[in-house]
Amino acid sequence: MSDLKPGSRFASSVCSTQVIVVKGAGEVDLRCGGVPMVPAETGAGDGVSADGASDGTLLGKRYVDPDETVEVLCTRPGDGSLSIGDMLLDLKDAKPLPSSD
Amino acid sequence: MMLLEMAAEGFGDRVAIGSADGGLTYRGLFNKAGAASERFRSGDNTHVAMADLSSVALPISLFGAAWAGLPFVPLNYRLTDEELSALTTRVSPAVVVVDPDDPDRLAGHAGIDVIERHRLLDLVCGVEPPDPDWTMTGEDTAIVLFTSGTTGQPKAAVLRHRHLVSYVLGSVEFMQASEDDAALVSVPPYHVAGIAAILSNVYAGRRVVQLPTFDAADWVALVRAESVTSAMVVPTMLTRIVGFLDSEGPDGPGLPTLRSLSYGGGRMPLPTICRALELLPTTAFVNAYGLTETSSTVALLGPDDHREAMASAKPTIRARLGSAGRPLPAIEITIRDDLGDEVPIGVPGEIWVRGEQVSGEYRDSPPRLTDDGWFLTHDGGWVDADGFLHVTGRIDDVIVKGGQNISPSEIEESLLGHEAVADAAAIGLPDRQWGERIVAAVVLHPGGAATADELRSTVRDRLRSNRTPDHVEFVAALPYNDTGKLLRRVLRADLAHLGDGSTA
Repeated sequence: MSDLKPGSRFASSVCSTQVIVVKGAGEVDLRCGGVPMVPAETGAGDGVSADGASDGTLLGKRYVDPDETVEVLCTRPGDGSLSIGDMLLDLKDAKPLPSSD
Repeated sequence: MMLLEMAAEGFGDRVAIGSADGGLTYRGLFNKAGAASERFRSGDNTHVAMADLSSVALPISLFGAAWAGLPFVPLNYRLTDEELSALTTRVSPAVVVVDPDDPDRLAGHAGIDVIERHRLLDLVCGVEPPDPDWTMTGEDTAIVLFTSGTTGQPKAAVLRHRHLVSYVLGSVEFMQASEDDAALVSVPPYHVAGIAAILSNVYAGRRVVQLPTFDAADWVALVRAESVTSAMVVPTMLTRIVGFLDSEGPDGPGLPTLRSLSYGGGRMPLPTICRALELLPTTAFVNAYGLTETSSTVALLGPDDHREAMASAKPTIRARLGSAGRPLPAIEITIRDDLGDEVPIGVPGEIWVRGEQVSGEYRDSPPRLTDDGWFLTHDGGWVDADGFLHVTGRIDDVIVKGGQNISPSEIEESLLGHEAVADAAAIGLPDRQWGERIVAAVVLHPGGAATADELRSTVRDRLRSNRTPDHVEFVAALPYNDTGKLLRRVLRADLAHLGDGSTA
C-alpha cells in the first residue's frame, strides 16, 4: 500500500515510470506493471511487469481511476501500466484552462 | 526541477527562451541550470538572489537554485541601495546575480557573493552539467519573495516546491502549447507573475520572449517581430498599449498573432478593457486574480466571459467585466465577515482562499492561515449569484499604483518629517492610467508654511519616485475615531473629487 497525498511521488518497481500524486489521499494499492510502487526516493526498479500490465506510461499524461478520486501525473515514462490493485488507471483527457501567465 | 526535467525530456529541442531562431532550447536551459547549480553551491551560500532585469539568466538562476537545493530570491532592483542591501542581508549568506550596468550596488557586504549576469552566462556556456543530483522535496523552499505589507518592513513570503508544482499541475497541461506559440513576459522577476510565467510556460512548452523594461511601443514591436501568441500585463501596461494602438489609427496593423492576453495585479479601468476588446477582436482576454502568497492565480475571468459581458445589455452580466471570474478548479474561495463567518451571496467581506498551491507562510512572521487551511488575503470582495468574484481592493489600505503596492505609512512618515507638517495621511484614489493615484492630505502646524511641490519633493527625496504623491491637499484636520484610529474611508470619501471617477 502507498500512502498518497497530493505532491507525493512514487516510482515503479519494474520500470522507469515515476508519478506525482495530483489528487487522492490515504492508503492506496498503487501499482505499476502489476507490482506495488515505492516512494520515489527509493529509486526505479528492475523487476518484471505482470501480464496485461505492460502497455506503458506516457510523459506528462494524467491517469485516473474511474471515479476520479485518484489522479497521478507521469513525470518519467516507462513500460509498465498504472493500476490500483488490479484495476488499470485510465488516461485522462486534457482540459487546459485559459493561460493566465 | 521536475517540471524542467520533464520539458527537457519531452521537447528538449524546442526553444524555451528567446527568438525562435537562435534562442535557448529546453535541453540547453536544463544543462545551463545544472552548470549554474555548481556555481551556486560553492561557498556557504544559503540562498540564490537576483537583483536584475528579466533576461535568460532568470530561468537559468531559478532552476539552477532549485538544482542546488537553495531558495531563489528575486529582489526589486528598483529599490534604493540601502533598501536592497537590507533585504539581501536578510537572506545572507547568499549569491546574488546582479545587473552588469550597476554591479557595485551590493559591494562590500559580508556574506554577499555578487556575480554579474554576463559572468554567470559565460560560466554556464558550453559546460557539461553535473549528473542530475538534486535532492529537494516538496517541503523545501523554492522561492522567497519580499512583499510590501502595511507596515513599512517588507515581509518575506515563502513558496515551497509543493505550492508551485500544485499551481502548475492545477492550471497547465504538459506540452499544451504548439511549436510556434510564444509568450511575451514583461512583468519583472520580483513579481510573482514573473515567476509563474516562467514555470507555466516551461511546462506548457511555450517559448518565452522577455521585455526587460516595459514600454508600449517596444511591447507592440516585439509582439509583431516575434509573432507572439500570448502575453500577461498589469493594468497600467494595458492602458498604455491601448493608447499606442489607438495612436496608430484605424488602419494600423493591429496584433493579429496575439491569441491570448491575460491581465492582473491591480484594478483594471473599465474604459481600458472595453477599448482593448474593441481593438483586439480576435484576442482571448483573461483576467487573473492572485497573490504572492497563493502562488499567483487563484481565480480567472475567461475569454468567453469577457465577450459575453461586453455584448450583454444586462447590468449584472456586464458587471462581470470588472470581476476576477471564478476560482480555479483546485481552489476554494469564501467571503468572510470580521468574525470569520461566511457572508451571503452579494455581501462584501474579506476574501479567503484555500488550496494546495496556497502558502500563506512568511519567514519572519506567523502564517496568515486558519487551522483548517484558509489564507486570509486582506483583500475585500464579494461573490455574485453565478459565482463570479468581485475584488474591491486591499482591506488594509495599501495603495496599488501601476501594479506596485505602496504602503501609505511610508509616505506619511516621510511627510511628517517636514517641519511644517502636523499630520498627514496618504490614500489611493481611482486613476485611469495607474489604477490608483496617491493623494496626500496634509495638516500644517499653525504658522507653518509649505507648498505642495515642496512636500512632494520631500517624499521623492526620502523614498522612491513612485512614492511621490500625485496630489497634495491641505486640510484643517484629519478624521479620527474615538480610539484615535484614522478613518481612511471617511477621508477617501471627502477627497473623492480628487480621483478621476473611474471605476474598475
